Amino acid sequence: MLCSMTELPPIYQDGISAGRLDEETLSDNFCDVHPPLDLHEAQVAADRCYFCYDAPCIQACPTSIDIPLFIRQIATGTPEAAAMTIFDSNILGGMCARVCPTETLCEEACVRELAEQKPVEIGALQRFATDKLMERPEHPYRRAASTGKSVAVVGAGPAGLAAAHRLAKHGHAVTLYESRPKSGGLNEYGIAAYKTVDGFAQEEFDWLLGIGGITVENGKALGSNVSLDGLQSEFDAVFLSIGLGGVNALGFEGESVLPAVDFIEDLRQADDLGKIAVGRRVVVIGGGMTAVDAAVQSKLLGAEDVTIVYRREQGKMAASEHEQNHAAASGVRIITNAAPLGIKGGGVEFAYTVSGDDGLHVSSETFVLPADQVLTAIGQTLTEDQVTALKLVRGKIAIDDLGRTSMAGVWAGGDCATGGDDLTVTAVAQGRDAAEDIHTSLMEGA
Amino acid sequence: MADLKSNFVGIESPNPFWLASAPPTDKEYNVRRAFDAGWGGVVWKTLGIDPAIVNVNGPRYGAIWSADRRLMGLNNIELITDRPLKTNLDEIARVKRDYPAHAMVVSLMVPCEEDAWREILPQVEDTGADGLELNFGCPHGMSERGMGSAVGQVPEYVEMVTAWCKEYSKLPVIVKLTPNITDIKQPARAAMKGGADAVSLINTINSITSVNLDEFSPEPMIDGRGAHGGYCGPAVKPIAMNMVAEIARTPELAGLPISGIGGVSTWRDAAEFMTLGAGNVQVCTAAMTYGFHIVQEMISGLSLWMDQKGMTDTSEIVGRAVPNLSDWKNLNLNYITKARINQDSCIGCGRCFASCEDTSHQAIAMDVDETGKRVFTVKDDECVACNLCINVCPVDQCITMERLDVGVIDERTGLPVEAEFADWTTHPNNPGAV
Repeated sequence: MLCSMTELPPIYQDGISAGRLDEETLSDNFCDVHPPLDLHEAQVAADRCYFCYDAPCIQACPTSIDIPLFIRQIATGTPEAAAMTIFDSNILGGMCARVCPTETLCEEACVRELAEQKPVEIGALQRFATDKLMERPEHPYRRAASTGKSVAVVGAGPAGLAAAHRLAKHGHAVTLYESRPKSGGLNEYGIAAYKTVDGFAQEEFDWLLGIGGITVENGKALGSNVSLDGLQSEFDAVFLSIGLGGVNALGFEGESVLPAVDFIEDLRQADDLGKIAVGRRVVVIGGGMTAVDAAVQSKLLGAEDVTIVYRREQGKMAASEHEQNHAAASGVRIITNAAPLGIKGGGVEFAYTVSGDDGLHVSSETFVLPADQVLTAIGQTLTEDQVTALKLVRGKIAIDDLGRTSMAGVWAGGDCATGGDDLTVTAVAQGRDAAEDIHTSLMEGA
Repeated sequence: MADLKSNFVGIESPNPFWLASAPPTDKEYNVRRAFDAGWGGVVWKTLGIDPAIVNVNGPRYGAIWSADRRLMGLNNIELITDRPLKTNLDEIARVKRDYPAHAMVVSLMVPCEEDAWREILPQVEDTGADGLELNFGCPHGMSERGMGSAVGQVPEYVEMVTAWCKEYSKLPVIVKLTPNITDIKQPARAAMKGGADAVSLINTINSITSVNLDEFSPEPMIDGRGAHGGYCGPAVKPIAMNMVAEIARTPELAGLPISGIGGVSTWRDAAEFMTLGAGNVQVCTAAMTYGFHIVQEMISGLSLWMDQKGMTDTSEIVGRAVPNLSDWKNLNLNYITKARINQDSCIGCGRCFASCEDTSHQAIAMDVDETGKRVFTVKDDECVACNLCINVCPVDQCITMERLDVGVIDERTGLPVEAEFADWTTHPNNPGAV
């Protein structure tokens, strides 16, 4: 028998509001999406590695971690040695273990994916090893003797941190400039909370500084209180890793429209998730990782209906199949081949699209999705007036294979530069490799 | 399904799977459960004279494991039964009375004195047991007291004690041999001379399974010290099968029945032992690892295989592979094969390449096809058909050996494959060629 009810719980409140779910539910919703392996699980997982020759997983890793070796080191009871194998190639191996789309990188290349559709759990094993070493109080690397050289690193995201650590390790004095109050870049501000729980981004940053020789200056942004000219005269070399400070906008605005990166940032920085407002009905426009992160987290905050709308076909979505499945499993609906036209009534009007050889065609058939909140995730852009002196290619700082920009003494890497895939791991590779080239350049004739 | 009933030196059992003398057959409770689970027979854990021995009160086993912690080898420092003789004899009598169709063999180890044997043998016979097994094999503890392998390592003692047992008992006598010798044929011959009805082998191998790298002590560690133990389990199967086969193929020993022991874990292991001359098999480690229920897999597997081979009696298996066990010098040097890699089942791990390139004959090429897939192929002009690639490949049947037909040129030697058999005895490089 159904009883009449007078008041619905807050989850059904129209509009944008905070506190849709109670504290306990929120805490459950935002727990570690992939809990760490325990010792037994790690050993079973490690046993599955075939120690391939010139392993495909290594080829698929942007930082070329010697994966079979580190897994064998786990299997033989030396996770600390495994962690050093990882960190030697990728000092942010801890974060990459959490956020890398391994299903499209190392684990996709794993021969056991081909053999059994069950790759070795490389990401989880990497986390097992790196967690073990990072639990130790001491930093595992020692700085080389001081070279007397100094390098400015601008932007404390993945590329900047990787570069700063490698430069410091070689004995250079590094000053790390960061515009925001906290360092970490996307790791701290831009990745879904359930991928990096318990303040890991700051923990990793603090651990990384343990190398010594890195001075951090927060609140310093290129173009406002730091200039490229000034850095060039003050330092022997400059590495730019300023990320993408701007966001692409839709052709229309509204009170309910918010860039997804801002939503994610607020969520990541919140002390109390119960204070983060979210719509009852949320529409996320875009097809990448940011769209998925925003949509899933909206759902986890208590949004009743969450829909991702992408203008092209599903196969073109930048979010991996794994990410799409994660969204679907979280209750997010994905609509493809629909382009937003504008705010209409209490929602967003879309037109269906058709992809042709000559581009995307918008049809005359339209529909309206009710939306209390619209999150846009249609790409980020370089703040070009920060780097007017440098050559750009397709809106990014042009760099060569060594990370060199068009200006002597200035290197760049990460999302602001050409050549990456907007992934933490590619940013780390670029930062590391640029640091090596800076080191080589600075030591020439020394 | 083929009937597996077995008759080993006159001892009948529903199947050829016996539990070896060891902890699983230490007492009535276990043995009843074993028979209920389907085991055809047991060799009751070794009896000795009173007062009963004592065991260590720390760990008794050491082990080695394969991937995923599968137990591959087990060693033990446990001694013979530590219960009073009468307790064991009473239990043996009760179990045999309740399970008349199952084989009940009693293992014995008493001092190397005629009186000791003369005293215990009638007591065992009174239980209604079907046979005796003389434990001349245990390599630890008891051997320090002049028993176990200390007897098995001296053929004269083996013959002497066997003869006493034949003199003072009507029961069939199975002499259990130690592998801790140079030539297994010597103690087997001695047992035969003493009148043994059969031999069983192998007992466990002297071993240290691991060393504790914190305490610098062999494992299993007893208060900071370890003693060598007796090694058994899947890892010893190849050693055991060779010893069984050595006896089976030696003409003067050929009629001596053998109970095969050493790492038998599946029906396939049992079949292999039997084709090499074992009349039945004894199992211990597999039961200690998985429990008694595994015998059902052994029963169904052996029976199915016999059906496929058209066999109706287990005696048809015994010794089937012995005629094909040869000296190296009689292997056909004109049998020429090359490795073949099935590209459809290859998963691209490159282990064949690494093993061949780094440690063998550089006979595997690594290329990348137009789709980016790594392709490994055999270079016939380098392949010596060593088989290592097959053994390191994680995919069963991905790499196979293909025989070259007569007349085909072997690219490695540039010579055509000869039709006739030719072995080392006639090879021109052999100074002693005939």
